[in-house]
Amino acid sequence: MTALDWVVAPFADFGFMRRALAGTSAAALGAAPLGVFLVLRRMSLMGDAMSHAILPGVAAGFLLAGLSLGAMLLGGLVTGLAVALLAGLVARLTPLREDASFAAFYLISLGLGVLLVSLRGSNMDLLHVLFGTVLGLDDAALLLVTGAASATLLAMAALYRVLVAECLDPGFLRASGGGGAWAHMVFLVLVVVNLVAGFQVLGTLMVVGMMMLPAAAARFWLPTVAAQIVLAAALGVAAGIAGLLVSYHWNLPASPAIILAAGAIYLASVACGPQGGLLHGLAGHGRAHFR
Amino acid sequence: MGGAPPCLVAKGYVSYCFGEIGPPRSLGPARVGRVPPGRRPGGRRRVVGRDGLGAGLVGGRMTGACAGEPLIELRDAAFGWRGRPAVHGVSGGFAAGSMTAVAGPNGAGKSTLIKGIVGLMRPLAGTLRIAGGARRGLAWLPQAADLDRAFPITVLDMVAMGAWRRVGPWRRFNAAETERAWQALESVGLVGEAGRIVGSLSGGQMQRALFARLMLQDAQVLLLDEPFAAVDSHTADALMRLLCAWHAEGRTVVAVLHDLALVRRHFGQTLLLAGRQVAWGPTAEVLTPGHLAAARGAPREWL
Repeated sequence: MTALDWVVAPFADFGFMRRALAGTSAAALGAAPLGVFLVLRRMSLMGDAMSHAILPGVAAGFLLAGLSLGAMLLGGLVTGLAVALLAGLVARLTPLREDASFAAFYLISLGLGVLLVSLRGSNMDLLHVLFGTVLGLDDAALLLVTGAASATLLAMAALYRVLVAECLDPGFLRASGGGGAWAHMVFLVLVVVNLVAGFQVLGTLMVVGMMMLPAAAARFWLPTVAAQIVLAAALGVAAGIAGLLVSYHWNLPASPAIILAAGAIYLASVACGPQGGLLHGLAGHGRAHFR
Repeated sequence: MGGAPPCLVAKGYVSYCFGEIGPPRSLGPARVGRVPPGRRPGGRRRVVGRDGLGAGLVGGRMTGACAGEPLIELRDAAFGWRGRPAVHGVSGGFAAGSMTAVAGPNGAGKSTLIKGIVGLMRPLAGTLRIAGGARRGLAWLPQAADLDRAFPITVLDMVAMGAWRRVGPWRRFNAAETERAWQALESVGLVGEAGRIVGSLSGGQMQRALFARLMLQDAQVLLLDEPFAAVDSHTADALMRLLCAWHAEGRTVVAVLHDLALVRRHFGQTLLLAGRQVAWGPTAEVLTPGHLAAARGAPREWL
């Protein structure tokens, strides 16, 4: 078997692998650009908290309407936004910092979600919700994740300038006409939509990996936001392909394999990236030392 | 227009900025009124007057200012956070085309007052009145610390943000705007750094870039919060020349400053704060030993 066979054959031979590839690629294209902004806003853990926060809504949708994507999407959106809103409120009204109040609410939400799922479903259902069913994507799931990715990219393109301005200098934006607040809200909604859309592919817990890992890795390679967004999306797609192949050839669960592939890309970037990577830094010290 | 940007072409300011003439002549409303209407066509950014003084204003709008009415007027105003005033009892006005320094000890409420005028908070008491049309023409230079310097954006892009009011979130950033951005970079001496990431700039370069952004905003009223903090004297001189040039163009300049020698040299008006208004008027009458002692001695007595 040649290397080309090793890479191409699984996708050429099996429809479910092609579907998995389409699903992970769409999840990467939608989630990774959002991740770049989460990293820039120092809100990396917010994505993680959100992924836990949407669980009870997804579970409630699942309990009420079975495997209906619409119901699960709606439920996830409602609880995700509720947690974001409540956490923001607590942070405004009490001395508790926003990160701590986020942590509190997502843990409550997670507990509620696991309770709801195990109330009615079997353990298998719980595993599917938590870790996704990337190798068993049906048309509806594919449409959802590709639709979410398309909407995200279009919305990001429309909001790009506001998001950059809001990240760089919120005070300036407020003083010259504003628009930052609603851009931030739309951004949060996009994060929740992508997490909900991606949970069928990678599971509620793992989908954050597709959001954060490529974004954090891209930061080590390229200096500007726009370049990082493109690279993050590409790295996400690459991680999806690599993870699916590893999972296929060594018979490993697909979703963790994909996230681990993204993790490997991240670690390699931390080590070798030219924008502040470890080896780069060491080389710099060496030069300074010998001078 | 190639070469040096118009504000540097204006030579008139140099004499009263750095010459021996003494306190700058006030470029009050009367002076602005002298600019013949034909010399400030709506579409042009600014026009350099024939007398060498940059004179025109954006869109020719000096609304209501010609009557001698202040552009920004405060009446017993108080500003602060969470209901606690940081500064109170401020009464007076910034005349159109005036150049005012806001001075006072740390914690005197200088930045808070500026933020209040910019509109980031409402007055806790009293009134703040901004002449019609001037509100949109306010530009604010925050202390550099407010900006996320780790953000990966090029200097040119950061400066281009200054066009926000004209370009907004969606309109095209056209060739004319790009040209303006380059001109602004040129006048602060950062053309060579246009492609660098803002995080790699030194403190002085960053402040120059922020001035370039301010220039792009092309505002009628400029509010600057400690523009020369953490900047070497060479850069401070260059930036001060820009401020004087803007003043000479008839713009209203308000700057929070610590360096009283600088204030005496360049600023016609001074507002001295110490949690309350100590004095407001011509600099020579405000920066007297008595007022300064009052500002230093009793910053918080009213709390």
